[in-house]
Amino acid sequence: MATAVTEDVVDYDEALERYDPVMGLEVHVELNTATKMFCGCATEFGAEPNSQVCPVCLGLPGALPVVNAKAVESAIRIGLALSCQIAPWCRFARKNYFYPDMPKNFQTSQYDEPIAFEGHLDVEVPAAIGDGTEIFRVEIERAHMEEDTGKSLHVGGATGRIHGAEYSLVDYNRAGIPLIEIVTKPLTGAGKRAPEVAKAYVAALRDLLRALGVSDVKMEQGSLRCDANVSLRPRAAAGSEQETVPLGTRTETKNVNSLRSVERAVRYEISRQAAVLDRGDRVTQETRHWHEDTGVTTSGREKSDAEDYRYFPEPDLVPVAPTPETVERLRATLPEPPSQRRRRLQQDWGYSDLEMRDVMNAGAVELIEETVAAGATPAAARKWWTGELARRANAEGRAVEDFGVTPAHIAELDGLVRSGRLNDSMARQVLDGVVAGEGGPTEVADARGLELVQDDGALEAAVDKVIAANADVAQKVRDGKVQAAGALIGQVMKELRGQADAGRARELILAKLG
Amino acid sequence: MNSDITRSSAAELAHALDSREVSSVEVVQAHLDRIAAVDADVHAYLHVDAQGALEAAREVDQRRAAGEELHVLAGVPIAVKDVMVTKGMPTTCGSKILQGWMPPYDSTVVARLRATGMPMLGKTNMDEFAMGSSTEHSAYGPTHNPWDLSRIPGGSGGGSSAVVAAYEAPLAIGTDTGGSIRQPAAVTGTVGVKPTYGGVSRYGLVALASSLDQAGPVTRTVLDAALLHSVIGGHDPMDSTSIDAPVPAVVEAARRAEVRGLRVGIIKELGGQGYQAGVQARFEESVQLLQDAGAEVVEVSCPSFDYALAAYYLILPSEASSNLAKFDAMRYGLRVLPEGVRDPSAEEVMAATRDAGFGDEVKRRIILGTYALSSGYYDAYYGQAQKVRRLIADDFVTAFGQADVLLSPTSPTTAFKLGDKLDDPMSMYLQDVATIPANLAGVPGMSLPSGLADEDGLPTGIQILAPATQDQRLYGVGAALEKMLTERWGGPLLSRAPELTAKGA
Ligand SMILES: [Zn+2]
Repeated sequence: MATAVTEDVVDYDEALERYDPVMGLEVHVELNTATKMFCGCATEFGAEPNSQVCPVCLGLPGALPVVNAKAVESAIRIGLALSCQIAPWCRFARKNYFYPDMPKNFQTSQYDEPIAFEGHLDVEVPAAIGDGTEIFRVEIERAHMEEDTGKSLHVGGATGRIHGAEYSLVDYNRAGIPLIEIVTKPLTGAGKRAPEVAKAYVAALRDLLRALGVSDVKMEQGSLRCDANVSLRPRAAAGSEQETVPLGTRTETKNVNSLRSVERAVRYEISRQAAVLDRGDRVTQETRHWHEDTGVTTSGREKSDAEDYRYFPEPDLVPVAPTPETVERLRATLPEPPSQRRRRLQQDWGYSDLEMRDVMNAGAVELIEETVAAGATPAAARKWWTGELARRANAEGRAVEDFGVTPAHIAELDGLVRSGRLNDSMARQVLDGVVAGEGGPTEVADARGLELVQDDGALEAAVDKVIAANADVAQKVRDGKVQAAGALIGQVMKELRGQADAGRARELILAKLG
Repeated sequence: MNSDITRSSAAELAHALDSREVSSVEVVQAHLDRIAAVDADVHAYLHVDAQGALEAAREVDQRRAAGEELHVLAGVPIAVKDVMVTKGMPTTCGSKILQGWMPPYDSTVVARLRATGMPMLGKTNMDEFAMGSSTEHSAYGPTHNPWDLSRIPGGSGGGSSAVVAAYEAPLAIGTDTGGSIRQPAAVTGTVGVKPTYGGVSRYGLVALASSLDQAGPVTRTVLDAALLHSVIGGHDPMDSTSIDAPVPAVVEAARRAEVRGLRVGIIKELGGQGYQAGVQARFEESVQLLQDAGAEVVEVSCPSFDYALAAYYLILPSEASSNLAKFDAMRYGLRVLPEGVRDPSAEEVMAATRDAGFGDEVKRRIILGTYALSSGYYDAYYGQAQKVRRLIADDFVTAFGQADVLLSPTSPTTAFKLGDKLDDPMSMYLQDVATIPANLAGVPGMSLPSGLADEDGLPTGIQILAPATQDQRLYGVGAALEKMLTERWGGPLLSRAPELTAKGA
């Protein structure tokens, strides 16, 4: 049993003084087609193990694949959205290697004839200098179609991996799920922002795929998976071009299952490889595993150049040859590019760069868009989704979507605030009720008897009572210390059990003491 | 109908069944009796499903009695090469590695046979995973040629040709990757057809080489082959390489049997040197008969055919090495634990199973294919072979510009003795030198008996080739030639085969 050895790392900023990081990102996206890549089996996530299988995806002798036309369309749309060229003719290939979770002991994939190639995706990253943001262009080498493997569960043993396990279980429900693998060219020039570029790229890709509607893009469920290749090369000597320095040996980090992990894993690998190079050692070309809990990568399988998948064109399938008309028809279905859409929405909503970034990071663009469409002000929509609800989600460790609160609810709630029926704290109480499943905002407000006191008479009486009871504070206000009025407002609100318009209370207090 | 049911052709049986002269149960029983009498000597069946066949026969008899409209072959029994998966019936592909495997599904061909109401007598012997030209590579022992039990029945589908030649079934299904239907037909005096690639669904045919494999009829007459072809042919959405077009009009062509005005091309490169004298002589007589019947005979040249065997033995092992990777003991079939290893890993179990479960010829080809596909060798071997394949297809295009069909001897020799070529793979591979080009180009081919070689009195075969999707031409020419030859012989060639006597009877 191998014990995990803690590896040396170099302080990140220090590492960047001596080395220039180069990344390559491989993202696997599970398509959300109703059926698998080469058979008619369902693709539902979380079904009973081995319940969504047939002779084809179990690789039984004699069974043959048939390409899922819908998956090919999704692949082409992804390619087009990444500004790729679409191959007018391409084939599938067999990638041969033995592994128990691969029923045929080859994966049907694409090799030197990908469906899409030569594209790019512009991502927004913090500017190198100052607080603004700037665009980093990620060059895409290719996007190709393939099938997923089954899922192994290694039971017993310390690592959860096949070596040392007592036994392994394989669920072939995942075998044959359509995958698109999107591979970047080596990303150079990111410098110390490499981890942020990696994260921003995966986030931008996720948004793009979501906008295309081709995948659930849930990293935690594995429908979007990222492998991060990282290598370091020495910083170029003063006066010479960094691009002239040859690339170093890379590692491929797998099991990176969240946006935050993408950033952390790249950062860790840079620090770790810097330590290796500082010692005068060579970086081993290998697969590494990211550990979310400890924040480190550990060595996996060594990847020598001898690894040979013996690719050859899949003879059981006919070539994929989309006509120009098909490609144009699919191009017409593309949504507005996310970056363009973001700029448009930011302008429409009047958000600052910082506010927009918060909204993006919270993944709340669609929610806000729908909420505004349902009648809320952009400011209120942002406040509720990225403020109140995001805070609750964080505190309870849940997803915002799980609260059962809809954009229509938020728009209705905002309407109640704007019409003067509710103030902010009452609105939050109403939201409690909505989250608790008591009904829509109006229904909850009615049921809980939440309504601002609109009657100036009642408010005036309360103001008079509070001024009389707090003569010393009142005197301070009279003397010009206007901020002391806050204490009086609080008393008034308390008097009216919160159901008062604080602004109106303030006006009355200042008028009486002015 | 012949007084002995088993001597009747499928067409004759179909007629007798239709006119209620005989029941399907009687036909099936007669064949089961024949199997019981001779198969111990011939060893053509790996599995006989007496109960299933009789049940299917009873059902079709009832449907007929109820006045149901039935397919012409309904009630006519058939044997199926053990490379076709059959639901609830063992499918071993002649290999130990699939011993005990019970497929949970039917191949499309088998499903069509069942839908037609054809009782399945059983599964026929074959070289392991269809690798071989003699059935000697079957893990369950060789099949013997009904003409001479000391000789091979051809391969890989020797079981299917032998059951038909020995009257153990009127019809059989074979598969042909490089000649596995046609060469056995030639050496057993029977008819075998490899349809156009994509003409018959490969769904459920355990793949040897996906781009070459094609299932087809194994019969005693050309008309029987046409009838069976029309049952199993046609588009199948489960096979991406299946041709989406109606089955060529093969039965009509076989009934018309017309060659007048047809241009017949003799392939210069397939014949003469390297071909047994008797094989060559019978071939030339057949060509003369066609010419006499009004066909125009021309010589065509296909220079790239000289490289066909080399290209084939790179493409086939390459595809096979990948197709056979799935036999790893993880999900079905044989599982062997490595000796002397405590807590063996999955990889060790895979290795031990494949070592014990595959025979030498299979291992030889897996190693060849693995090597040919390896990086650094791919271009020189697999890539180069694919180029040769294109040249061969081009040769066919040129040749079919000059002739409507092409002719050659099917196999360079008559049936050799069991064991003669086992230690000489290269001479075994040469058995298929004339049949392989059709697989590489995807064109259809037929072998039918051309007579007996003077030197050994054994059957010889003539091969007819047609352009892709023009399978009906094979049947037109084949039926015409069959008619002329049968007249000349005064009866079918098979009637000259020695009688098999029941062992121990
Ligand atoms: Zn399936």
